[in-house]
Amino acid sequence: MKLKAFKAAFPYTIPIFAGFWFLGLTYGIYMNVLGFSFVYPMMMSLVIFGGSLEFVAAQMLLSAFAPLQTLLVALLIQARHLFYGISMLDIYNNTGWKKYYLIYGMCDESFSINYTVQVPDGVDKGWFMFFVTLLNQLYWVTGSTIGGLLGSLITFNTQGLEFVMTALFVVIFLEQWLKEKQNYTALFGVLSAVVCRLIFGSSSFIIPTMVCILFLCTVFRKPIEHAGEKE
Amino acid sequence: MTLTQQIITIALCTAGTVLTRALPFLVFTPGKAVPPFVRHLGKALPVAVFGMLVVYCLKDVSVMTGNHGLPELFALDVTIGLHLWRRQMLLSIAAGTLCYMILVQFVF
Repeated sequence: MKLKAFKAAFPYTIPIFAGFWFLGLTYGIYMNVLGFSFVYPMMMSLVIFGGSLEFVAAQMLLSAFAPLQTLLVALLIQARHLFYGISMLDIYNNTGWKKYYLIYGMCDESFSINYTVQVPDGVDKGWFMFFVTLLNQLYWVTGSTIGGLLGSLITFNTQGLEFVMTALFVVIFLEQWLKEKQNYTALFGVLSAVVCRLIFGSSSFIIPTMVCILFLCTVFRKPIEHAGEKE
Repeated sequence: MTLTQQIITIALCTAGTVLTRALPFLVFTPGKAVPPFVRHLGKALPVAVFGMLVVYCLKDVSVMTGNHGLPELFALDVTIGLHLWRRQMLLSIAAGTLCYMILVQFVF
C-alpha cells in the first residue's frame, strides 16, 4: 500500500524537486554568505519549513533580539496557510495519525498538489499525501543543507530555473479552472492580487489580497454557490 | 544575539508557521459540524489562492522597465498552450521552464 502510494506521489513532486533544490541551494548559500554554519539552514528548513519566512528569519538572527516582533512577522508572512487549512479540513481529517504531519508540512506546494490531484483507483489518498509532503520537505532540507555546506563555491548557470515554481502554480490554477463549474473565484484571486500588488507593492500585498478575496467570496456567496451547483 | 536568543527566534518562527497551518483544524474539530459559511469558503478559496500564488511568483516582474516581462509572457504562453493541448502536467512545466531559461540566458 505504501509503495504504491509512493510510486503515485513521486512524479507529482518532480517539478518541486527542481524548484526546491534551486531555491534551497540559494537559501543555503545566502546563509553561508551571511556567516552562518550549514547547521542553521538545515535546522531552520527542517523545523520552520517555509521558504519566504526563512529568508526573513536570516535577517532577524542578525538583528537585535525582538521576540514579539518575530512572532508577529512570522504570523503575517504565513497567514495564507489559514486558507489552506480551511480547504483541507475534510481531506486531512480522514488520515489518522498522518494528519498531524500533513498539517505541519502544509507548504504552498504540498497543499496545491494534495488539493488538486485525483488519486488513481487503488492508491491510498492518505499515504499519497503523506509522501508528497515528505518528499517536498526532504528536497527543501537537503537543498538548503548542501547550499549551506558549499556556500559560494558553487557557480552554475541555472538562471531562470526559478520559473519552475511559477509554471507549477499556473498549471495547477489552470487545472482547477477547467474543473470548476464557476470561474468567479478564480478571477477574484487573480484580480485581487494584481490590484493589491499595484497598490501595496511587491513586499506587502498578500495580506490585503487575502482580505479582498475573503470579502468578495462573502459578498458573492450566493452566485458562487448557485453557479457551482449547476449541471 | 546569543545562541539561546537565536534558538528562541527560530522557535517563534516555527510556532507562527505551525499556528497558521493548524488553526482551522483546532477550531473546527472533527466531532463538531463545520458552519456552512466556512464550508463555502473551503470550496471557494483554493482556486482564488492558486491565482494569488501565480501573481505572487510574478510579483517582481516590471512591465515598464528592463525586458518588460516579455520572457515571462512567452514562457507563460508556452506553459498554458501546451497544457491546454496535452494536459500533461510535467510536460507543460518542463517546457515552460526550459523556454524561460533559454529566453533569459540567450535572448534577453
